[in-house]
Amino acid sequence: MVTLRLDGVGVSYGRRRVLEGITTPVLAGGEVVAVVGPNAAGKSSLFRRIAGLIAGVGEVAIEGRSPVAGRSRPSACYLPQDTAVNAVLTVYESILLAFKQGGSWSVSDDELKRIDTVLRELEIEDLAFRGLGELSGGQRQLVSIAQTLAREPDILLLDEPTSALDLHRQFEVLSLVQRLARERGMLVLISIHDLNQALRFADRVMVLARSRLVALGAPREIVTPALLADVYGVRARVEVLEGELPYVVVEGAAGRAA
Amino acid sequence: MTVTVARDAMQARFAYRALTFRRRLILLGLFGLLLASFVVDLMLGPARYSASQVLQALFDPTGVPAALRVVIWDIRLPVALMAVVTGASLAVAGAQMQTILNNPLASPFTLGISAAASFGAALALVFGVGLLPIAADYIVSINAFIVAMGAALLIHLLSQARGVTTETVILLGIALVFTFNALLALLQFFASEQALGAVVFWMMGSLTKASWNKLAITAGVFALSLPFFFHRAWALTTLRLGDDKAASFGINVKRLRLEIMLLVSLLAAVPVSFVGTIGFIGLVGPHIARMVIGEDQRFFVPASALAGAAILSASSVVSKSLIPGLIFPISIVTALIGVPFFFSLIMTSRKRSW
Repeated sequence: MVTLRLDGVGVSYGRRRVLEGITTPVLAGGEVVAVVGPNAAGKSSLFRRIAGLIAGVGEVAIEGRSPVAGRSRPSACYLPQDTAVNAVLTVYESILLAFKQGGSWSVSDDELKRIDTVLRELEIEDLAFRGLGELSGGQRQLVSIAQTLAREPDILLLDEPTSALDLHRQFEVLSLVQRLARERGMLVLISIHDLNQALRFADRVMVLARSRLVALGAPREIVTPALLADVYGVRARVEVLEGELPYVVVEGAAGRAA
Repeated sequence: MTVTVARDAMQARFAYRALTFRRRLILLGLFGLLLASFVVDLMLGPARYSASQVLQALFDPTGVPAALRVVIWDIRLPVALMAVVTGASLAVAGAQMQTILNNPLASPFTLGISAAASFGAALALVFGVGLLPIAADYIVSINAFIVAMGAALLIHLLSQARGVTTETVILLGIALVFTFNALLALLQFFASEQALGAVVFWMMGSLTKASWNKLAITAGVFALSLPFFFHRAWALTTLRLGDDKAASFGINVKRLRLEIMLLVSLLAAVPVSFVGTIGFIGLVGPHIARMVIGEDQRFFVPASALAGAAILSASSVVSKSLIPGLIFPISIVTALIGVPFFFSLIMTSRKRSW
C-alpha cells in the first residue's frame, strides 16, 4: 500500500515563503485527508510540492508498492483548481490525453475502455463528445476529475474539486472519491472549503494557516470552536448530536482571520 | 439501467472510432483540394496547358514537346511546389505558435519574424550589406534568415525571464513588428529609387523567386521538423488543457515550449527568407484546420499543413488568372481572397473554434 510522509516541507516563491515546516505522520492509502484553511494558506502549493511539480526544502516521502499492475513505483496526480479551457477538443479526447503520453499514435480498445469506465463512474457519458469550451463550470470540474481518475494514481491530490458543483454533484463526487480510496487503496488529499463536507467524508483533517500546519487529526477532534476562531476568525459552534455527524454553525465574525 | 449505461459506454468508444475515421476522410479531402489546385497552378501561365498535358509532362517528361517540358519542369514546377511547401510550413509554424502560446493571434507574422526578415532583406537590397560573406546569389535570403532567427531568439531569451507569461511573449512579438517596420522605413527613406522598388517588391512576397535549390532547402526544413511534431503530438495537444494540467500529466512544459519555439522559428524563417512576406497563411491555415478537424495534433498538424498549402496554391492560381500575362504579388491575393473567406467561415461556424 502507498504511504506519504512529509518532513519539514517548505515552499518559497522567490523570497516569499508560502509554506514552511510541514511535518506529518505517515498517511496511508485508503484514507481521505481533507486539507482546509483560509485562502492563500498554501494548500495548492502543498499539493504541487507533493506531486513533484515544484521544488522546495524538506522531504516528501512517497513509499510502498503501487496496487496498479505494471507500475514500478506509486504515482501522485494533482488536479489543479478549475480553469477555463478554449481548446477545440472533446471531453472524450481530453480524458485520453490524461494518460496517453508519448508512445504510439494508435489508441487501443483497452485505452478507450478506460475512458468509458471513468465516464460511467462519474455519470457523465452524455458529455463525452461535447467540446471542452461548451461546458459549464461544474461540468468542467467533473471532466477534470475524470481526467485525474483516468490516470489511476496512487495518491490523488484534488484542489477544490467541488467548488463549482451543485449539492447533488458534490455529494456524488465526494462519495466516489471515498469509495475509490477504500476500494483501490488510493490516498486522497482533497482541499475543500466546506467544513461540513470535510467532517462528513474525511478520515483526517489537515489545517493549514499562516503557511504552517496548524492541526492534523480526526475531524471531530480537530474542528473545534477555538480552532475556527483562530484560523478563520469566526465565532462558531460545532454541534454534535448523538449518532449523527458533527456540523459547524457559523455565528459571526470574531476578530482577525489568519 | 445497467444495460443502458453499458450501451452508452460502448457507443462512446465507437463514436470515438467514428470520429477519427471522419478526420481521416477530411484529411483526404484537403489533400484532394490541394492536388487539384496544384495541377491548375501548373496549367496556368503565359501559355495555357490542359490538365492532361500537364500530367503527361509530369509523369512522362520525355514523351512531350521540349517547350512544354521546359515550361513545366524548369519554370512552373518549382514555383508551384514552393507555394505548397511554403504554405504548409507557415501554417504549421502558426499552428504550433498558437498552441504553445495559447493564443489565437500567434503567427510568424504577428510575432515579428516576417518583419525581421523584411528588414534583413532590405539591408541587402538597399546597401548590399551581407551578414555572411558567402553566396552572393543568396545574400538577400541569408540576410532575411539571420535577422528573422535573431528576432525569434530574442523572443525566446525574453520569454525565459521570470514572470514572463505567454501573453507577454505576444506583446513582445508585436513590439518587434513595430520596431522592424520602423527600421525598414528608415532604410526605405535612405534608399535609391531602384532599391526602394526592390524592397517594396520583396515585401509583397513573390513565389517567382523560387528555384529548385530554394525549394529543396525549404522542403528539407519542413520534412525534418515534421517527425518532431509528430513525436510530441500527445504532449502538444495536452498543452492546450493548460500548463497546470499538462504538468500534472507528466509533461515538462517549459522544455516542450522552448523546443517547439526554436523549431517553429526555423520553420517560419526559411520560407519567408525565400519568398518574402506572406502574412496571412500562418494565421488562417491553423484556424481553418482547427475548425474542420479539432486540435488533436495527430490530425491538426497535417490538416494545418494541407490547409496552408491549399490556400497558397489557390492564391497562386488566382494571382495568375486575374489579369492575363500579369502575376500579382501573392500576399496581396492571399489577403484579399483569404480574408473574406476566413470571415465567412468564422461567422457561419456553428461550433466555437477558439
